[in-house]
Amino acid sequence: MFLTFIHSAIRFSTTFLFGSTGETITERAGHLNLGIPGIMCLGAVGGCIGESLYLKGITDYAQINGFAAVIIGILFAMIFAGAGGLIYAFLTITLRSNQNVSGLAMTTFGVGLTNFLIPQVNKTGFYYISVCFTNYAPGADKAGWFSELFLTYGCLVYVAIVLAILVAGLIKRSKTGLSLRAVGENPAAADAAGINVIRYKYVACVLGAAIAGLGGLFFIFDYLGGNWEYTIESLGWLSIALVIFSVWRPNIGIAGSIFFGALFILPAYVTVGFAYNELIKMIPYLVTIIVLIATSLLNKKETQPPASLGIPYFREER
Amino acid sequence: MASKKINFEPPFHLTKRTDIPSWKAWLIRGVAIVVAFLFSGIVSTILTKGEFGGFFENVFLGAFGTERRALNLFQAWAMLLLIGIALVPAFKMKFWNIGAEGQTLVGALASVFMIKELGGKIPDGGLIVMMLLASIIVGAIWGVLPAIFKAIWNTNETLFTLMMNYIAIQLVLFAINIWAPNGSGAIGVLKNGSFTGAFGVNYVINIVLVTIVTVILFVYIRYSKHGYELTVVGESVNTAKYIGVNVRKVIIRTMILSGALCGLAGWFLVGGSPTPTINSNLVAGRGFTAILVAWLGQLNPFIMMGTAFLVVFFQAGSAQVATTYQIGDSSAFSGLIIGIFFIIVIAAEFLVNYNIVFKTRRKKAEAVKKTTPEKAEEKIITEEQFEEELESIGTRYFERTIAKSENFEANDTFTPQKEETSSEYALEETNTEEKEDK
Repeated sequence: MFLTFIHSAIRFSTTFLFGSTGETITERAGHLNLGIPGIMCLGAVGGCIGESLYLKGITDYAQINGFAAVIIGILFAMIFAGAGGLIYAFLTITLRSNQNVSGLAMTTFGVGLTNFLIPQVNKTGFYYISVCFTNYAPGADKAGWFSELFLTYGCLVYVAIVLAILVAGLIKRSKTGLSLRAVGENPAAADAAGINVIRYKYVACVLGAAIAGLGGLFFIFDYLGGNWEYTIESLGWLSIALVIFSVWRPNIGIAGSIFFGALFILPAYVTVGFAYNELIKMIPYLVTIIVLIATSLLNKKETQPPASLGIPYFREER
Repeated sequence: MASKKINFEPPFHLTKRTDIPSWKAWLIRGVAIVVAFLFSGIVSTILTKGEFGGFFENVFLGAFGTERRALNLFQAWAMLLLIGIALVPAFKMKFWNIGAEGQTLVGALASVFMIKELGGKIPDGGLIVMMLLASIIVGAIWGVLPAIFKAIWNTNETLFTLMMNYIAIQLVLFAINIWAPNGSGAIGVLKNGSFTGAFGVNYVINIVLVTIVTVILFVYIRYSKHGYELTVVGESVNTAKYIGVNVRKVIIRTMILSGALCGLAGWFLVGGSPTPTINSNLVAGRGFTAILVAWLGQLNPFIMMGTAFLVVFFQAGSAQVATTYQIGDSSAFSGLIIGIFFIIVIAAEFLVNYNIVFKTRRKKAEAVKKTTPEKAEEKIITEEQFEEELESIGTRYFERTIAKSENFEANDTFTPQKEETSSEYALEETNTEEKEDK
């Protein structure tokens, strides 16, 4: 029972983890992308479109190539979400619009476009596609608690965790990461040091969005088994919360996302009465607020948002 | 960094403009709205495979087609506008309150709570007043919580208020489950508490009251001491401190106002409806849309009347288009159209704030500057002559530079002058000049 709970928590956490890893990259470049909920929806619908195109070319579900199905899903999700990120990037970097407003407009647009497109996607056969996403190495489930806890997930779960560790390492240790942080903290100084601020910002926004889009893809094809639910938007907001929770470090985000995932699925495992389930679902948000307050109380430099978060960079402004 | 990339120069550069005449700014915005409208029409034409004009016809039909539609439109307008102006004081203060959704929702919840507790026990007039008080107080509490932490510990308000939205939603879901223990997730229509028919026709009272509140808020922001103080805090916290404004007090006071106005909107959403009820989607994203309305309206309540109207007009209209042509869910389609509208209008704001200076124009100007009167007249000369001329130009140029450099004035522009200087040194330098010219 407990094992199953942890297992589903880790599984559910992947959506948050993709979203928050992507958003962290974006925020490290000084861009608060409130369009992430919409972009995650775009990723999900992109994946659905890709898979339905793939299924169109197949006469028998037995022909489905697991590897190809997963890759197509990932590609389409990243392209759709990346396109959304590009619109946001263009608005906020090149046109220097207000980031909050642009992000919210992006969410409105992304959710609207997704809800509009999704009924028109032919979803028959998505179950067979979702099997490709949830498949794990054969025999792993028979080997006791260890493998149940660590080996019996679909491939995207591992991708998310590896990606989070990789991004955290890159941000902290590599030269690119240092430059990225410089751009987010003080773009004028970074510019003076010869870093191409605009390029960094663009790459961070588009890449961040593309990664976040995978969260939507995972939620539909792995967690929901190929069914569609209109809940991705609220998961996207939680992903943004998770960025704060993880104090802008994707490796802490892994633990944070599992915690969020656990809280999210908790109502299904505890019997507190049907009405109180809704109160339990409140906890992730409450915890985020507590973390937010705690980090502001501590007022340590390491736990603060990037200094130029939300401020457009215009080179000629002094 | 690759050095060749650094040498790349874009064909234009940007300058910030602060002195754009307001007619020009509004012209740009107006054109953007028209472009957004046309673009939406094109998108819709592609999706419907229908004729281009059908979109515009249906937009107007959806917005004003019948009396009921027009009333609904103005009710939607009033609600969006009220939440929008609730955000104005906060945004003027540069307090990014994106929690209007939650503040409105808890306001509505408070009203419903009052109906549930007091409905039928006290006269309707008293009930409505109690609802009003409850909504305003609860909305203000929801707004002031992030403000207190912002004022004292500088906690990030954007994310705090955002989280408060979801707490509000969960609270409403919880309350609904308490009130409707059968698990239906709906409490049905409440019998008491509706005041919307007060003027004979539904919604009219809402529209009138919201308009009055808008005017009051405009006066508050523009002419009151409070309004001045919060504007100064928004412009520069240091300036505010310097002139003796208690910044903490202003932040908290302003957010009480902002939250209270959102709570008021919640009261309207419950009591101002002929069928008072609540669900977690009662506010329906208006809290977020209102942010865009406020921002596009330059935080001016009167301009926001226009922007709010445009938004609800597009919403109602595009929903009608989706219904007529049966292209998917009407609210989804209107969300898509509204999204496109916002993106285009936000993008256009760039043209208001920045001036694009194209390089070609500047280059031409420079080229004209550099051309000497002699060169300007085109002469056909042989190669030898040309070299000779170059040499002489080089010599003269250098001579002049030497002469000028005594006054520390090395000027780039060349004006032929005949000055008497002779030295070997000059000749030597002439050769290098020549090389550079080649």
